[in-house]
Amino acid sequence: MRNTFSEALYQEATKNPDIYIVVADISPAGSMSKFSSQYPERFINVGVAEQSMIGICAGLALKGCQPFAYTIATFSLYRPFEMVRDDLGYQNLPVTVVGMGAGIIYSTLGGTHHTMEDIAIAGAIPNMQIVAPCDPAECTEATRWCARQKNGPVYLRIGKAGEPDLTRSAEPWRFGKLRYLRRGEDVCILSYGVITKMAMDLADRLASQGKSVSVVSAHTVKPLDREGIIEALQRHRQVIVIEEHVPQGGLAPQTKQIAWDIKAPCRLDTFTLQDSFIHNYGGHNDLLAAHGLSLERIAAAIA
Amino acid sequence: MSGTNAMATRSNRFDLGSARERCRRFRRRILDISQQVSALHIGSAYSCTEIVDCIYFALMRRNSDGGSPDTFLMSKGHGCMIQYVILEELGILSRAELDAYCTPEGKLGVHPDYGNPGIAAATGSLGHGLSMVCGMALAERGRKTGGTIYTVLSDGEVQEGSTWEATMMASSLRLGNIVAFMDNNDFQSLGRTSETHPSFYPVVEKFRAFGWEAVEVDGHDSRALFEAVTGRDGDKPLMVVAKTTKGKGVSYMENVPIWHYRSPNKDEYQQALRELEAAR
Repeated sequence: MRNTFSEALYQEATKNPDIYIVVADISPAGSMSKFSSQYPERFINVGVAEQSMIGICAGLALKGCQPFAYTIATFSLYRPFEMVRDDLGYQNLPVTVVGMGAGIIYSTLGGTHHTMEDIAIAGAIPNMQIVAPCDPAECTEATRWCARQKNGPVYLRIGKAGEPDLTRSAEPWRFGKLRYLRRGEDVCILSYGVITKMAMDLADRLASQGKSVSVVSAHTVKPLDREGIIEALQRHRQVIVIEEHVPQGGLAPQTKQIAWDIKAPCRLDTFTLQDSFIHNYGGHNDLLAAHGLSLERIAAAIA
Repeated sequence: MSGTNAMATRSNRFDLGSARERCRRFRRRILDISQQVSALHIGSAYSCTEIVDCIYFALMRRNSDGGSPDTFLMSKGHGCMIQYVILEELGILSRAELDAYCTPEGKLGVHPDYGNPGIAAATGSLGHGLSMVCGMALAERGRKTGGTIYTVLSDGEVQEGSTWEATMMASSLRLGNIVAFMDNNDFQSLGRTSETHPSFYPVVEKFRAFGWEAVEVDGHDSRALFEAVTGRDGDKPLMVVAKTTKGKGVSYMENVPIWHYRSPNKDEYQQALRELEAAR
């Protein structure tokens, strides 16, 4: 995903001289070398100084530029939180804060590098928009949109590398709208970000059992497509939310709230990370499984 | 504050008499507003009166349309009352807007709010300004506008780690179009900075060590402030450490921390009025 982010941003930068990227001692891989060599004056590395990364982006945006802040998600959002809130949110500036490797992708680096509560934290800031693409192609769409929007700040939650393509046969990407990656009649799985792959695998399994399954990329987590969620809750007899985020403040509780508001007739199951830090190690899937997020566990729970 | 600077001009002559008269008038206007509301940070505004006056009336260049290719960002947001009264003088804020300060009818609060006329950024929280100044200076350089970014920091906010991140970045990025003033009144809420944080000093050398051009001047000497900027080399960011007196101009406010927050009562108001008039 970070490669497609870099490529998409580079393409946008060739067309728009106001696009800047301010990174904190971490380089978006691949195409970013093209950006930094071709536009060195618009590629700023602040070093290990995330507060100034956000503040510099704010200053650029106050002068009409379209900046991106980029580093590992914990350091792009948590470390400079008050700058994100005051400089970007309060002033409502069109700065994209890229949270790379969000969720628990950095599985062996420990809890300091796990981004488990970013949706709740970013989403609580007025004016903040949140986009979390599910695969590299969707990341390209999201990046392009971020480079052109003037609504206000965006938290762009992306993965790292090697994510599979999930959106080849999906409908077009539109900011603020649920995106059906496949459409079915019985079950609807709502997800966003890298873990959408698990939703697709679950759909395959349910389909092999004769069920007709929808899979939705809820890529725009804020503002959430409330009408789209209502439609999903009304059109399917079972809705499942799979989310790589703590139980508070993410897609799962918001979906439950909407379901309650409209007295949704469907069954609704939500699967999230737990409200606890992770002290064990292994691959990404090992850590997800430690919090109950595995195909087997979810399939058993919804049977 | 945009526009071509081909026509922008700065007055070559610095008129000390006019600066003194303006500053006396600005202090008087702030004193009057202090009778309407309790929250004011009057001491913080009096401490940087000459600095902000110098920036607006002597340093920032003016286009023929009244705008400027230069920008002023008040990093020590709690001192913004002096900025408000200057913006009123310049016709950017109206008298009615200042009269409605901190009331439900108004839009001006104790700290500058982005979106209000003449306010470059929202800076109520300390330690945010200098990074935003860096970003603005980068943008001006990228667009080759020649614009200079002026800012005023409090000495308290120079304790923020974020200020030092920005200090490092300003010189690493060679942002010679930054001119910063530190309102060095040596006071913060809990007392004299030199007593509570002795290792804060010497501070001029700290900025030099970070690659800035740094000078120290009397922050109530308008001519010295002006010459510190006009006499600089120009290829590095400039920090003017301005030695100031908190509450300057009213004897009982000077160096008395309570005037960070308090507004004068009727008797105190009259005394302050007499002292400011006597300074004519």
